[in-house]
Amino acid sequence: MAVTDVGGARAVQRVDNDIDADTQLDLLRVMLRIRCFEERAEALFLAGELPGFIHLSIGQEACAAGACLALRRDDYITSTHRGHGHCLAKCAPAERMMAELFAKATGSCKGKGGSMHIADFSVGMLGANGIVGGGANLAVGAAIAARLRQTDQVALCFFGDGAANRGTVHEASNLAAVWKLPVIFFCENNRYASTTAAGAALSIENVADRAAGYGMPGVIVDGNDALAVHRVVREWAAHARSGGGPVLIEAKTYRMRGHYVGDPQLYRATDEVEAQRARDPIDRLAATLAGAGLLDLARLERLRAEVAEEIEAAVRFARESPLPSPEDALADLYVNPIERMP
Amino acid sequence: MAVATAPRTETGARTLTYVEALNEALREEMRRDPAVFVMGEDVAVWGGGGVFGVTKGLVEEFGEARVRDTPISEEIIAASAIGAAATGTRPVAEIMYVDFIGLAMEPIVNQAAKMRYMFGGKISIPVVIRAQQGGGRGNAAQHSQSLEAWFAHIPGLKVVVPTTPADAKGLLKTAIRDDNPVIFLEHKVLYFTKGEVPEGEYTIPFGQADVKREGTDVTVVGIHTQVLEALKAAEELESEGISVEVIDPRTVSPLDIDTIVSSVKKTGRLVVSHQAYEQGGVGGEIIARVVDVAFDYLDAPPQRVCGKNVPVPYAESLERAALPYKEEIVAAIRRVL
Ligand SMILES: Cc1ncc(C[n+]2csc(CCOP(=O)(O)OP(=O)(O)O)c2C)c(N)n1
Ligand SMILES: [Mg+2]
Repeated sequence: MAVTDVGGARAVQRVDNDIDADTQLDLLRVMLRIRCFEERAEALFLAGELPGFIHLSIGQEACAAGACLALRRDDYITSTHRGHGHCLAKCAPAERMMAELFAKATGSCKGKGGSMHIADFSVGMLGANGIVGGGANLAVGAAIAARLRQTDQVALCFFGDGAANRGTVHEASNLAAVWKLPVIFFCENNRYASTTAAGAALSIENVADRAAGYGMPGVIVDGNDALAVHRVVREWAAHARSGGGPVLIEAKTYRMRGHYVGDPQLYRATDEVEAQRARDPIDRLAATLAGAGLLDLARLERLRAEVAEEIEAAVRFARESPLPSPEDALADLYVNPIERMP
Repeated sequence: MAVATAPRTETGARTLTYVEALNEALREEMRRDPAVFVMGEDVAVWGGGGVFGVTKGLVEEFGEARVRDTPISEEIIAASAIGAAATGTRPVAEIMYVDFIGLAMEPIVNQAAKMRYMFGGKISIPVVIRAQQGGGRGNAAQHSQSLEAWFAHIPGLKVVVPTTPADAKGLLKTAIRDDNPVIFLEHKVLYFTKGEVPEGEYTIPFGQADVKREGTDVTVVGIHTQVLEALKAAEELESEGISVEVIDPRTVSPLDIDTIVSSVKKTGRLVVSHQAYEQGGVGGEIIARVVDVAFDYLDAPPQRVCGKNVPVPYAESLERAALPYKEEIVAAIRRVL
C-alpha cells in the first residue's frame, strides 16, 4: 500500500493497525457469502431462471468486504451496476436480494429494480446504479446531509475505472474536497470497463494520481487483499469522520468474469484471466488466517457449508415467493399517489 | 460480414437483421465519404463492435482513427462529435443506451440544435447521434426508456425511429448525409428482427411516413415495436372483418402529418401507439395535429396506447403491464369502432 499526499508525493503507509481476529473471520465470511451468492446467481441466470442481465463481482470481493466492514451500519455507500457484493457486505439480507434477482414481490425492491437497482436504505446502502458514475454525486449529497444533520456519518462511493472518466466523478471529487466533506471515493480498478481496457481510457496509470488535482489524498491499495483494504478504509473513514475531508482510494483488483453473464470476452485472453487466479482474494485471506492460526481446514469447510446453506435458503425463499401482480406496476411512483393519473 | 451470405428472397432482396442493416449503412457511408467516422463506448472492439454488434467489423476495415473507442464520458462523446461536425467531418456518435443521453443533453439541445440558428445560418452541424431505446427485455428502469419526445420537442433536431431493417438502413444513410443534427433512435427489441433489405444503393427521405398495411376502418400510427404490434392487431381483427391501416411515421421530426391525415380522412378513426410514456409523448402531438386539420372527419375520440406513466419495471409481469402490446391496441380499436 502506498499513500499519496495532497501534492502527489508518495509517502509510506501511515498506520498499520491490527485487525482483531473476529473481524478477520468476518471478512472471510462476507467474501464467501458474496462468492456463493454470485456463483449461484450466475448458474440461475444461465439456467434461464433470472430475467434481464446481471454483472458479477467475482474476484473483487475483498473490495466490498474490506471497505464495508470498515464502516458503521449508519454510514452510507453508493454502489454500481456490479453491486451484489457491496450490498451483502453492507448487511442487506441475501434472501431479499435473491428474491429481487428473481423479480419477485418479496425482493428488496418488490421486483421493480432487479440486480442493477438493489437498494437497502435501512443499512445505508443507497442503491446500485444503472448509470455508470451515477453514485458519486449522490454520495456527496449524503455527506452534505450528514454535515447538515450534524452527525459524524461518512459516505463511501464505489466506482469503477471506467466511471473514473465520467464528469460526475470529477465534479463530485472537486466539490467534496472544496467543502471538506466526509466522502471516501473508492475506485475498484478491475482493469476493464466493459470491453475497454482501463489503460485505453486513462492517460495515467493510477486513478489515485488524480487526487492531487482535486486537492485530496490519493491512496493505492491491493484490492485483492481484504486486510489491506480494510485497514486503509478504516483509517481514512476515521479521518473523514473527524472533519479531515475526502480521500480517493484506488483498489487494484481484477474482474474474473465477463462484464455481464454471457459476455463472450473477445477483448481479453484467457491466459490473462487464468494468471489472476493466483491472486484470488478468498484463498489469500484464508491462507493468511491459517498462517496466523485463526483458521483450519475444518473451520473453513464449516464456514463454507454455513454460507452455502444461507444462500440455498435465499434461493428457496426467492423461488417460493409470489410474482408481483400487474397492478403493482402503477404503485410506488409518488409518495401521495396523484389521483386520476392515466 | 453477414451480407455476403444472406439468403436471397424471390424479389431479389436479401433478408437481414436490423443490426446487419445498420452495419451495412455505416460501412457503405464510410466507404463513400472519408469524412464519416464513428465514435462511442466499446464501438471499436476487435471482432465485437458495440454491445449489439452494430459497429462490428468497422475497426478492422477503417482503422482506429475512424472508429474511435471513447472513455465513458457521454457529454464529450456528443459534444466533441458536434464540434467535429462543425469543422468539416461527419461524425456518427453512439450513446450506448438512450437512458444515458441525459448526460449529453446540454450539447445536443443547446449546442447542436441551436448553433446554426444562433450564428445566423453560417454553419452546419452534420452530426448523427445514434442510441438504442425501448423496453421488453427486463432491463429495468434505467435501460428501457423510449425518449423520442425529448428530442422531438427541440427545434433544430431531426428524430428518426426506424422499425424495419430496410428502413433502418435507408434512413441511417440519409441521416449521415443530412447536414443537420440527427438523433437516430434504434430499438433493442428490433435489433434481431429480420426483414428484406433491397440490394444496392438506396436512401429513404425524412418526413415520409410508410403505410405498412392498408385498411379502411381505423388508422393506427405506431412507433418502433408498436408498428409490429399494430400489424398483429390488424391481422387478428381481419378475421372479424375489421380493416386496419397501419402507418409508421419513420421520423417523428419532421413528422409526415399529411399521410396520417389522409388516412384518418378515409377511416375516421385514429389510434396512436408508442412504448414511450403516454404523458408528453409524441402520440399527443400526432393527435393534436390531426385534430387541428381533420376534426370533422373523426367519428370517435382518438386513442393513445402508450407506455404507462411509470418507470419501466424489472419483473416481467410488471413490465408487461407497463408497456403496450397488441391486446391493448385491439381494445383501443374496439373502443373507437
Ligand atoms: C453513463 C453510462 N454510460 C455507459 C453505461 C454502459 N456501461 C455499463 S457498465 C459499463 C462499464 C463500466 O466500467 P467500470 O466503471 O470500470 O465498472 P466495471 O464494469 O468494471 O465494474 C458501461 C460502459 C452506463 N451504464 N452508464
Ligand atoms: Mg472496471
